[in-house]
Amino acid sequence: MSSTHGRGLLHLAAAVDQHVAGGPALFDVDSYVEAVRLAERGGLDFVTLGDSFARPGPDALGVLARVAPVTARIGLVPTVTTTHTEPFHVQAAVATLDWVSGGRAGWQLDVSATEAEARLFGRRPAEPGDELWREAGEVADVAARLWDSRDAVAGRFGGRDKPQHVDFQGAAFSVKGPSGLPRPPQGHPVRVVDATEGQARQTAARYADVALVRAVSAAQAGAVRDELRVAAKDLGRDPDGLRVLASLVVDLGGGEYAAAPGHGGGGPRPSAHGPLYRGGPVDLAELITAWHTSGLVDGFHLVPAEPRRDLERLVNGTVALLQHRSLFRTFYPGRTLREHLGLTRPANQYAGPVATGGDAA
Amino acid sequence: MHLAAYVPGDGDSAGWGGGQGAGSVVGFASFARLARTAERGLFDFLLLGEGPRLPEPVTVLNALAAVTERIGLAATVDATSGEPYELARGSATLDHLSGGRAGLHVMASDAALTGDNLRRGRFLDRAERYPRAAELVQVARELWDSWTPDGVSRPFAHRGRHFDIAGEFGVPRAPQGHPVVIQSGGLGDLEGLGETWDFASVSVSASASGADVVLSRHLSLDSGRVFYADVKGRLAQYGRAPGALKIMPEVTFVLGGTHAEARERAVEVRRRRVSPEYAILALERIWGTDLSSYDPDGPLPDFDPVPEGGSDLARRQVAERWRALSRAKGLSIRQTVVEASGRPSLVGTPGSVAGTLDTLVREKAADGFVLVPYPAADGLDEFVDRVVPLLQERGAFRTEYEGATLRSHLGLGEPVWTG
Repeated sequence: MSSTHGRGLLHLAAAVDQHVAGGPALFDVDSYVEAVRLAERGGLDFVTLGDSFARPGPDALGVLARVAPVTARIGLVPTVTTTHTEPFHVQAAVATLDWVSGGRAGWQLDVSATEAEARLFGRRPAEPGDELWREAGEVADVAARLWDSRDAVAGRFGGRDKPQHVDFQGAAFSVKGPSGLPRPPQGHPVRVVDATEGQARQTAARYADVALVRAVSAAQAGAVRDELRVAAKDLGRDPDGLRVLASLVVDLGGGEYAAAPGHGGGGPRPSAHGPLYRGGPVDLAELITAWHTSGLVDGFHLVPAEPRRDLERLVNGTVALLQHRSLFRTFYPGRTLREHLGLTRPANQYAGPVATGGDAA
Repeated sequence: MHLAAYVPGDGDSAGWGGGQGAGSVVGFASFARLARTAERGLFDFLLLGEGPRLPEPVTVLNALAAVTERIGLAATVDATSGEPYELARGSATLDHLSGGRAGLHVMASDAALTGDNLRRGRFLDRAERYPRAAELVQVARELWDSWTPDGVSRPFAHRGRHFDIAGEFGVPRAPQGHPVVIQSGGLGDLEGLGETWDFASVSVSASASGADVVLSRHLSLDSGRVFYADVKGRLAQYGRAPGALKIMPEVTFVLGGTHAEARERAVEVRRRRVSPEYAILALERIWGTDLSSYDPDGPLPDFDPVPEGGSDLARRQVAERWRALSRAKGLSIRQTVVEASGRPSLVGTPGSVAGTLDTLVREKAADGFVLVPYPAADGLDEFVDRVVPLLQERGAFRTEYEGATLRSHLGLGEPVWTG
């Protein structure tokens, strides 16, 4: 499953946020359920749901937990912030999402950098984003350690005979451990990081399984992908353990075929909400095919501009065409999000050479 | 009569029957089974504990909202480490996603036992646990009320001893106004481990805080009636009606075709409730040190708990009590933990158990009961199949859900918007 040249399987993800950019968030559970089911009918790898303390909206992890029992295969990736939350509680909630979804959980790490968010908690002042992204990396690190700390495979804990203290000492917090929960079904639920900017890219290179890159051209996305892979390798990671997806806002309201000038062949255009593709579902399929076969991205994360309309056109138009051309899966061969992404189940870092390394039953 | 099912976080009952594979401990299927059984039995709510061996309760309950339609879904939250913004947001989200079925069980854990995993460490003096929990609930209510019933968000600001926060709350007013607030009648983590409950302070704080339900452990007719009268008697001075606060003792139960059979099963259940691994874990939480080399079927440590600051005195007292218990009755570590984790228990035939529950409610010793089934996943089936119909025959329990929200099941009004 090497993707060295970006020519591995195409991976597709979609945002299921139920509000147009800047508009009010929805709390109606049925709209989320319908959106995720629709994405699942298209065989997408996963859906994302954004979250921030800075604007109104439901708790994203809660919403996707609500959706889990009424879906079967699709990956569920809520945004989980790491600045004003407890790392120990965050890992427990993400692990629990993995349990209730049968191994379909991921989490998109994000930080809370504004003064307004800091005042909602009153525990620490607002800090520069770079500091917070370094801390987000530490949260990813300690979460993985905690998930490994109680691995009762064949009655053994991480290859030893009892749960492991993790004794993690970060710059801003420390965690003794161990976790009380058994290791999640996927070992480590999938970590997603928007690697477009600054320190977030370093954190992605080190910890992400999936990096999102908001890019207006294949070349731009490819350059970031190369940089991430080199950085990952320098950090001792296998670069093939990192999937890089181009993240685009898609406005499919403009006709069946033609992309608006500059949105199709010339690539998406910059907009206030990120690179924007505007045009028909067919041209979007052409763009996806062209970027992917050029070997510059492993797939796409697509954000509908108009939630209902554009997700429907994306799945029934763009994805259906990609499937017809045998460029995208028509069913899920695997059960877990890691399997969809072609990522192996990570080894337990506490496992000694005697550990079996087998999957939990 | 009101009924709830409870998977507490303080015990090995989280083990779903003990000794099974990892999947069965936290697997969603076990929770879904319990929730559906409780809903089949027309229970008011399912309560999930917060504890070292349980999955994160709010996440599980959001998922359970998808596989149930009427039953209330209540999560235990730790008031010692919790932040009001996050807690109010998570529970309001659950209320929205479940159509008005959310409950919030506020438990003040001992920071000395959990602080090593938290940003602020062991920051809280023992004496501050209850004041912080009370202020936490108060702030949550301010946040829930910061949206008008018409859906307009207004800024909030709270400055108190434990919290100094301001801004705008991110969730519109929930279907129930406020999720149902359940107060633990006990003292947090240590309570299941033999700590005495502080009768008066529970009574005062539950009445004053505006809690909707208070859990108790008074199951005998005499002590139940005293507690009930005390709590209900205090409500008027806070401007609350007697029915505004429901008193629900926690209770375990073992049924049998005959009394002798029930007693026989009870002996076996008591033994299996505490696995050897959990017995050592429970001991380590009191002694504050690695006891993995101790034999669960052997004697207790002969040294005092390792000082950690904060709760040293309480832990030493519990250790002394446990050692005295062990000496007096000749109990092993495991037997001592079994003996000390004291939820009242009902053992008998379905008829006798139904009669006891009915009497306790009729005699004003309780408004209902929070049942702790064993094993957690399917231990409630027998109660729902054999006891609930008898309660219904007596006219003591509902024969169908009348409303859609947890407040309606409990006969509680919507909280007055105090914006």
